[in-house]
Amino acid sequence: MSYSSIGRKVVMGLTGLFLITFITIHLLINSFSLVGPELFNAGSKFMGTNPVIQTMQYVLALGFIIHIIMGIRLTIQNNAARPIKYVHNDPSANSTFSSRYMIFTGVLVLLFLILHLKDFFVPIKFEHGTFGEDYDLLVRVFSNPLYVFIYVVAFVGLSIHLHHGFQSAFQSLGWNHPKYTPFVKKLGLVFCYVVGIGFSSIALFHYFNSL
Amino acid sequence: MSNMNLTLKIWRQKDAQSKGVMETYEVKDISPDSSFLEMLDVLNENLVSQKQEPIAFDHDCREGICGTCSLYISGRAHGPMRGVTTCQLHMRSFKDGDTIYIEPWRSKAMPVIKDLIVDRSAFDRIQQAGGFISVNTSGNTQDANGIPIPKGDADKAFDAAACIGCGACVATCKNGSAMLFVSAKVSQFALLPQGRVEAAKRVLNMVHQMDKEGFGNCTNTGACEVECPKGISLENIARMNREYLSAKVVSDEKIG
Ligand code: HEM
Ligand code: SF4
Ligand code: FES
Repeated sequence: MSYSSIGRKVVMGLTGLFLITFITIHLLINSFSLVGPELFNAGSKFMGTNPVIQTMQYVLALGFIIHIIMGIRLTIQNNAARPIKYVHNDPSANSTFSSRYMIFTGVLVLLFLILHLKDFFVPIKFEHGTFGEDYDLLVRVFSNPLYVFIYVVAFVGLSIHLHHGFQSAFQSLGWNHPKYTPFVKKLGLVFCYVVGIGFSSIALFHYFNSL
Repeated sequence: MSNMNLTLKIWRQKDAQSKGVMETYEVKDISPDSSFLEMLDVLNENLVSQKQEPIAFDHDCREGICGTCSLYISGRAHGPMRGVTTCQLHMRSFKDGDTIYIEPWRSKAMPVIKDLIVDRSAFDRIQQAGGFISVNTSGNTQDANGIPIPKGDADKAFDAAACIGCGACVATCKNGSAMLFVSAKVSQFALLPQGRVEAAKRVLNMVHQMDKEGFGNCTNTGACEVECPKGISLENIARMNREYLSAKVVSDEKIG
């Protein structure tokens, strides 16, 4: 399937939609932390012990890896399709910023992901008991202004990624229909703002609380 | 509007093997009512009278129907206007004193032959891979209008068939993808009963040929739809993706 351009697009679209599902659940759990430590710890515990979620973890890792490798491969192939660039080009006349910088916003998210795994995933998964409850870890990490800054930048990046990515995934899978596509586009716009503002404001909330 | 003087920066390249460069030319006293190609004709007349090599560019019908003219004009395929080919572009779209960049289509699959002319035979090979229907021309050919077709489908097929194969979609796409062109050619048949018969085989073969030619992968930026002189819709790309997926997954057709 990945040997044809359309096959590669379908893989991007499917993994992209899968990652969108993941990010939605993640935002939901994070928002528990606004209510209080009990709810967040319970949510975090559920995610850490539920067998379905535990199995999905591996699927998620695979989804990320496929999406990233395919995204990089696509970008290299697409660059090679135009070996000599235009001397004068005006791409903003016909396409959105977000659609032209998918690899940049993607790599930004990837760099953040590595940092994020080190700061949250590894401690919660392997060093349990050394830092109190999950909520305490969250409060500690978000009291660092540099981390909060990086966090916000990364989610602005993801938001821009989704500004194009959300509706693009539907188009890639052939789901373009005069009745539904306008709705999908609006939903994608709302979703990219919810993700960007949602994650950032949670981090900022905990930072200002820690002052 | 009075006549204008312009500075042109034009890609000059001797042949496919040579390296090209941007050269600067001045043109004077150009009527705003002349077409862009007529402006280039004026420049070429001057060059010839000075015993210089005229600029090679593609053109044929000069009325927007053949798809021969091309040119990447100041960063846009077929220039700044929407829904027109370069031959339909007029100098009134520019201002006196403007500097205009004129470059050939840039795509690995459409290499420059000379100056502003590129080799678009990749499109021909994609067409030959499946952009047709097989009809028995025994003399008893059934009248095409004998088969009732829903108006909506007929309209969409007709819109897709408006593609003139100019290559602006490839030229403008940041990925050098030919998906808009190929999807128009796939759709115009896939929507009609005469085309359904070979639909699965057609889409597999045309996409295979498209990939083989070295065009890039579509990432749905939508630039092609904006720059296409014939207004070919992105819906066609989604349709081709559906056609391709179903051909790949459920049909027993193979490439070849
Ligand atoms: C939670 C994280 C992520 C989400 C939710 C996500 C989502 C998406 C979606 C929905 C698309 C559109 C797919 C399509 O058009 O068919 C996409 C495209 C893309 N993604 Fe991601 N992505 C994420 C992370 C990444 C990362 C880490 C990279 C790193 C390289 C990346 C690179 C790309 C590229 C290059 C594209 C453009 C390719 C294309 O449009 O076909 N993404 N992403
Ligand atoms: S789809 Fe439009 S831009 Fe592309 S070749 Fe056809 S007419 Fe030209
Ligand atoms: S010369 Fe025929 S379309 Fe422009």
